[in-house]
Amino acid sequence: MAVAPVQRQAASPAAGSIETRHMFLNIGPSHPAMHGIVQLVTELDGERVVGADVEIGYLHRCFEKHAEASPYNNVIPYTDRLNYVSPLINNFGFCLAVERLMDIQVTERCQYIRTIMSEVSRITDHLTCVGASAMEIGAFTVFLYMIKAREWLNELTELVTGARLTISYGRVGGVKADLPEGFAERTRARLEQIRGVLIECDTLLTRNRIFMDRMQGTGSISGERALSYGITGPFLRGSGVAFDVRKAQPYFAYDKVAFDVPTGRQGDNYDRYLVRMEEMEQSMRIIEQALAQIPDGPINVDGEGKVLPADVMVDEAKMGRVAGFKQVRVVADPTLEGATRGIRDDAVSPERRAMLPVKEDTYGNIEGLMNHFKLIMLGHGIRAPKGEYYSAVEGANGELGFYIVSDGSDRGYRVRVRPPCFMIMAALPELIIGDQVADIIPTFGSVNMIGGELDR
Amino acid sequence: MAHPSELLRQQFTADVLAHHAYRGQPTVLLSREALPSAARFLKDTPGLDFNVLMDLTAVDYLTFGKAQSSAPRLATPSPLPYYMTPKASAETWERGVSNDQYRFEVVYHFYSTALNHRLRVKVPVAAAEPSVASVTSVWASANWMEREVWDLFGIMFQGHPDLRRLLLYESFQGHPLRKDYPIYKRQPLIGPKN
Repeated sequence: MAVAPVQRQAASPAAGSIETRHMFLNIGPSHPAMHGIVQLVTELDGERVVGADVEIGYLHRCFEKHAEASPYNNVIPYTDRLNYVSPLINNFGFCLAVERLMDIQVTERCQYIRTIMSEVSRITDHLTCVGASAMEIGAFTVFLYMIKAREWLNELTELVTGARLTISYGRVGGVKADLPEGFAERTRARLEQIRGVLIECDTLLTRNRIFMDRMQGTGSISGERALSYGITGPFLRGSGVAFDVRKAQPYFAYDKVAFDVPTGRQGDNYDRYLVRMEEMEQSMRIIEQALAQIPDGPINVDGEGKVLPADVMVDEAKMGRVAGFKQVRVVADPTLEGATRGIRDDAVSPERRAMLPVKEDTYGNIEGLMNHFKLIMLGHGIRAPKGEYYSAVEGANGELGFYIVSDGSDRGYRVRVRPPCFMIMAALPELIIGDQVADIIPTFGSVNMIGGELDR
Repeated sequence: MAHPSELLRQQFTADVLAHHAYRGQPTVLLSREALPSAARFLKDTPGLDFNVLMDLTAVDYLTFGKAQSSAPRLATPSPLPYYMTPKASAETWERGVSNDQYRFEVVYHFYSTALNHRLRVKVPVAAAEPSVASVTSVWASANWMEREVWDLFGIMFQGHPDLRRLLLYESFQGHPLRKDYPIYKRQPLIGPKN
């Protein structure tokens, strides 16, 4: 790898009588093909790249410093903005790290909800990555098809979380709300439609001469070099290493569903494209199995089976008419409107050190009120014991790690994110050196750089 | 087969400052003199085979346990209700070295794809001379992560091929993830004047 080629003497011996010199070309920071903001300084010999330097940090917004200054649950909205194409995985990854640090087990239903939503997020990420890189090398139709399919998934996400991108759905100890009514049927129908879209895109791209010429043999990296760079995820699997955190060290409900880990052989852009296409199919397999297996949580009603709407219950409680409220459980509406109502306790852990009590408990009895106070008020909050934990989940780009050190206070003493595309960007000079200038575009597209996660 | 942390401890008995396993994650604290040879040992020894340096970061222990948020802000702290107190069997964790003697700690997370195991190695660093040896020649991923640690913590990496700031700009003053860097501190604006 050429290190800091900018400082290198750029003159090459003259070929014949013609004097040739290397040229420097700045790509970015603001350039349509540099998703987000990143600068590539390339040194060119004709059309060939002979040196490169990557300048990052344009989107640095002190995530780690913020996370050290905020209580644990307040960090969750920041994690939405790490990989903003698949925010649910970040949410759950952070929550899982805090839960493991605190030794909390979430309920089985919640494990399945997290599995399903992670995979929905992964498909949106892969759709964006493949669609955008196909667009950049001329296949605009594919981009439109894939973004349409992503829109369906965003609708599902909105149905569950109440938002499309900045979802803040994870909670330490559970999720914000249960899956809505009819979610399984809608998801199955959408997955069928997405399969149709993927077949269409496959027809347009996979055997397309132009696409193959642009993708095959460009941006190659061997599995060994990729591992040395710490590259994980679809990028590594394109180089033939079958490492996937979901398989290697399963979390959530990934050990209860069957799925394959596709790998490539050449480690070039084309193999990475094929791996991503196959992973979307595998994610859909996971979702379908998880939807079939997801257990019902306990639902409590009073002796007469009477259920009060949550808002009526809150009003009644404010007037002090709380007799018998303890027995009643409300079916909460898990949309944005439902955010102010109770959380159904079948989707959250019974762990009261971390998870807010259901609203009717907060309003209805003193234990619930105390519990609420202890978790919400300044100087109380979720308190992880003194310790440290490194927790990894499989993000859309690779291993997304959270390393948390706690000194026993209500906020992390040190919160470190291991962003998966950081390692791939570090390897970018090695990937593009030797290729043509035009090959930078598909290579950079398959890196799937996400500024929010890279720069934090 | 011996656990990776045991193999490392047997090889570097004199250089292991402490070791522990918290929540099932083994950790070895090594002296910084032993790091270059330990890095080779971790990568090349059969039974360890740590071919991936997953993560490299640092921690500043300056205010560990002394932060304002560490204790309840009430004059008479009220205890947690019985249903919120941690389980009695909860394991405890100690850093292993003194926070005053070693202010910083460089944390390495290793992973082996062949054997599917992980190990955390930490190298405590004193505040007076914050520098450790670079492991870029062993794992290429260390290159950028060491630059990031230099950028945000001001810990030097001896032998690094190109130790420049990574996320911040060259004229940035200070190292923001140090605990004595105020969170609301502003930096002078840079760039062309207009």
